[in-house]
Amino acid sequence: MQRELEIILTRQLASYLATPAFIVDPEGNLLFYNDPAETLLGHRFDETGEMLAREWSTLFSPTDANGAPLPPDELPLLIALRTRHPSHREFWITGLDGARRHLVVTALPLVGQAGRVLGAMALFWEGEAR
Amino acid sequence: MKVALWGTRGSLPTPGPETARYGGNTVAVEVRADDNSVLVLDAGTGIRNLGRTIPGTTRRVDVLLSHLHMDHIQGLGFFAPLYVPDMEVHIWGPPSPAESLRSRLGRYMSPPLFPVRLRDLPCRLTLHEVPVGDVHIGPFTVDASLVCHPGPTVGYRITAGGRALTYLPDHEPALGVRGPLLRDGWTSGGSLAEDTDLLIHDGQYTDAQYEERVGWGHSTFDRAVEFARITRARKLVVFHHDPDHDDVTLARLMNELVARSRPSMPVSAGREGEVFTL
Ligand SMILES: [Zn+2]
Ligand SMILES: [Zn+2]
Repeated sequence: MQRELEIILTRQLASYLATPAFIVDPEGNLLFYNDPAETLLGHRFDETGEMLAREWSTLFSPTDANGAPLPPDELPLLIALRTRHPSHREFWITGLDGARRHLVVTALPLVGQAGRVLGAMALFWEGEAR
Repeated sequence: MKVALWGTRGSLPTPGPETARYGGNTVAVEVRADDNSVLVLDAGTGIRNLGRTIPGTTRRVDVLLSHLHMDHIQGLGFFAPLYVPDMEVHIWGPPSPAESLRSRLGRYMSPPLFPVRLRDLPCRLTLHEVPVGDVHIGPFTVDASLVCHPGPTVGYRITAGGRALTYLPDHEPALGVRGPLLRDGWTSGGSLAEDTDLLIHDGQYTDAQYEERVGWGHSTFDRAVEFARITRARKLVVFHHDPDHDDVTLARLMNELVARSRPSMPVSAGREGEVFTL
């Protein structure tokens, strides 16, 4: 099955960005993350490959500032998909390398012609360490 | 089905003795089924001669536009069936996110660019926006998908009698790709071309031209062959010839291409007047 063109172009853009980027399909399943995201997540995309929403959303053990686990529904990518609006927040993850990281994330829904939701893209920045 | 090339040139008509072999008209392709149903792919200047061969007994013609760049619509106003009362003409093409197909096409088919407005044409004209999934037109099944080219652009896959034609006249599958074209659904146009019997594909540029024109929406000769290879197309016709490539140049470039890439399928440069039977 070929991906939607808009998703293909988003991946090509992401693969050139120095900013970590993450792309999901309309169900929230992970389709791609770029090289800079590999550094942040502690794993190479070639090794993890595509992942179901329930896998990646818990894999990195996201928590809020107080260390309370964040349910998948409260992650920006899944909020962007659900609401069709951009979503922005900070949280903490544990990378697959075991390192704890503070992330600032902005997620954008990818909406094509005729209002088709094609997926979402998130851009990540590393926040101030605490 | 029969597939006839009435225009093979990209960007701008290039008439003259130095382009007589491959042709100077901009893109137009006729697809005819065994029962004489006709589809026309794009409305470049080649559509004028095509239109004159449509028999008076024909009651319906469908014109499938890949996009609305000038080289693909310039001949539309000179397509004879548009002026036949009671002729059903259906034009299919992509809208933009902000503007309907009718309004986009009306920009050309209206003064001062053209004297006759769409609504004043004598035929019974219906416009259809694509892509909308598989559409059945007479004996044909038509699949349109958005492909990589500036502005809303579709490619078409047309099947009839168990045979498939894929039409990707303006297509840059390698945009943003550093190494080989990606597989597993990550290359634009891939599903349209998979296992097709005849692939008509953009091959406007040499590698040197492409270096200066990344993002302009076109393919190199080598990427066209690579695209045909990864989609397992059975035959490749390189199309949308660059106005700077006269017959001598194009013949040389094709010979070099075949020697260099050793394609697993037959590869040729589309010639105006050429007919393929699938
Ligand atoms: Zn063109
Ligand atoms: Zn074009």
